[in-house]
Amino acid sequence: MTYRMTFRGATVPAEPGQSVAAALVAAGILDWRTTRKEGRPRGLFCGIGICFDCLITVDGVPGERACLVPAADGMRLGDGTDTGDDPAGPGPGKEDGDAASA
Amino acid sequence: MPHPHDVAVVGAGPAGLAAAVEAAEAGLDVALVDAAGQPGGQYWRHFDERHAAPGDARGLPGGPVFTDLRARLRALSGSGRVRYLPGRQVWLATRDDDGTFTLRTTATVSAPVSAAASVPVSAPESVTARALILCPGGYDRQLPVPGWDLPGVMAAGGVQALLKGHRTLAGKRAVVAGTGPFLLPVATGLARAGAAVAAVVEANGTLGWSRDPRGAVSAPGKGVEALRYAASMARHRIPYRTGTVIREVLGDGRVEAVRTAVLARDGRPAGPEREIAADLVALGWGFTPSLELPLMLGARTRLDLDGSLVVVVDALQRSSVEGVYVAGEATGVGGAALAVAEGRLSALALAASTGDPAGTAAIRRVRRRIRRARRFAAAMHRAYPVPAGWPRWLPDSAVVCRCEEVTYGDLRHAHADLGATDPRTLKMLARPGMGWCQGRICGFATAGIASCLSGRPSTAEDLRALSGRTPAAPVRLGELAALAEETGGGGPAEETGGSS
Repeated sequence: MTYRMTFRGATVPAEPGQSVAAALVAAGILDWRTTRKEGRPRGLFCGIGICFDCLITVDGVPGERACLVPAADGMRLGDGTDTGDDPAGPGPGKEDGDAASA
Repeated sequence: MPHPHDVAVVGAGPAGLAAAVEAAEAGLDVALVDAAGQPGGQYWRHFDERHAAPGDARGLPGGPVFTDLRARLRALSGSGRVRYLPGRQVWLATRDDDGTFTLRTTATVSAPVSAAASVPVSAPESVTARALILCPGGYDRQLPVPGWDLPGVMAAGGVQALLKGHRTLAGKRAVVAGTGPFLLPVATGLARAGAAVAAVVEANGTLGWSRDPRGAVSAPGKGVEALRYAASMARHRIPYRTGTVIREVLGDGRVEAVRTAVLARDGRPAGPEREIAADLVALGWGFTPSLELPLMLGARTRLDLDGSLVVVVDALQRSSVEGVYVAGEATGVGGAALAVAEGRLSALALAASTGDPAGTAAIRRVRRRIRRARRFAAAMHRAYPVPAGWPRWLPDSAVVCRCEEVTYGDLRHAHADLGATDPRTLKMLARPGMGWCQGRICGFATAGIASCLSGRPSTAEDLRALSGRTPAAPVRLGELAALAEETGGGGPAEETGGSS
């Protein structure tokens, strides 16, 4: 079967086992956020979780690395305002997700 | 606290897999933590095994070595002799007063992924162990070039990861550029998958290493490998432009072309220029080892032949920190075969130190193999250096730090007008390496720029100033708070300090 995800209203197909970033690139979408200073487009660069260029909101969770998140059926990608900026402030901190609350 | 393991291995690439399997088979109680959802690391990256297709294994280099190690890991993990923790990143490593190590881990992916996802989300977990074997691997080394932040420009390893790990071709017409033998499998992999490869742009010469008698003799099999790539390049009619560099990536909103220049006799890109159309540019200038955890634990480091910061280890892979072994790229970039050997040696040496004499002959054999592979790696590093004086080619507008959008001009200004003559001050005043990636991508380049502006060669201290990172992975505020509570208030930065 082919998964169906949505990115800013558009349907993006994914092969089970593909990453979110791979599915976006395969669909011809090369960038999915902008930088907060110059508003430059950013997408996949290192492809292996090192560079954080590919940050994306996944099902409402901001700041995920699209190259590492496995695609899943029905996934909602991006919120249209992704800048890679973190609501909790600068640096590699993340909003606390449900799954991790102690 | 749970009962400590005899050893915790970090990383399940070539070095870590070999170390974990060897240690467990020698009778040690092993934990294996890996950021990926399945073993293999970057070198043996392959498509999600639960959705495997017949073609996935094709092009997996050293396949039989991997499948053997994976089978042994499965058996050991099934019988409880290896506690295998995939999909988890270590964000803090500490050594307690009694010599026990604690690794704090967090899920690599925290999004509420569905049941179809391969990386399970689970609660934060600590791993304690009496010894560590750190096998963190590495990633593509980058030099900034104008336009390298355009969508469609990727790290060479990332292009390959998309192909091998996700069956995804990142473009239709590619240019692969930088230096080193790794550019060739990336180019031929793209061509096999159906892309037109417009050029491989190599700053150095053709197969220079095969003329280095010290290295070529020590690894005869490598000559055959090089010939195979050369034949594949010819079959796919891929132009190999040596002594050439990309001066600029061109495009409006995405990559459309690159402008290349031939390096003149004096090493400057003053030779003939050429514009090559492309929608994908893959860049790589060798590899940067991941040193977050060794540095966090206080391990001594040095500058390697290729200009990378690496961990100092002795003939048994022991770092300067008692109980911490390091194997693979982190001790010096040298490829998968060397990494496997170093992983094995770490495990054998650790087992011997805990009273297992059985490995003595094996230790001698694997050390011979390591010495041979090191000689070959050294020949490669001599043949594919980063071009001297490369920062002088940059225009002021070139972005150096992609996260904080710091340009070469910003760095030059901080140096000339604000007196930032060392990387640490440069980082404080101009903010390169202060963003999300914590300098992983621009650290090597920033160190090179700092030293070049000061008219001196890069030192280990330059790189150290840009390599310390705490936490070593993104971590949720809840996990940080839990740690502060547990340790009586102090944050992790205070606890480990020093390296950044």
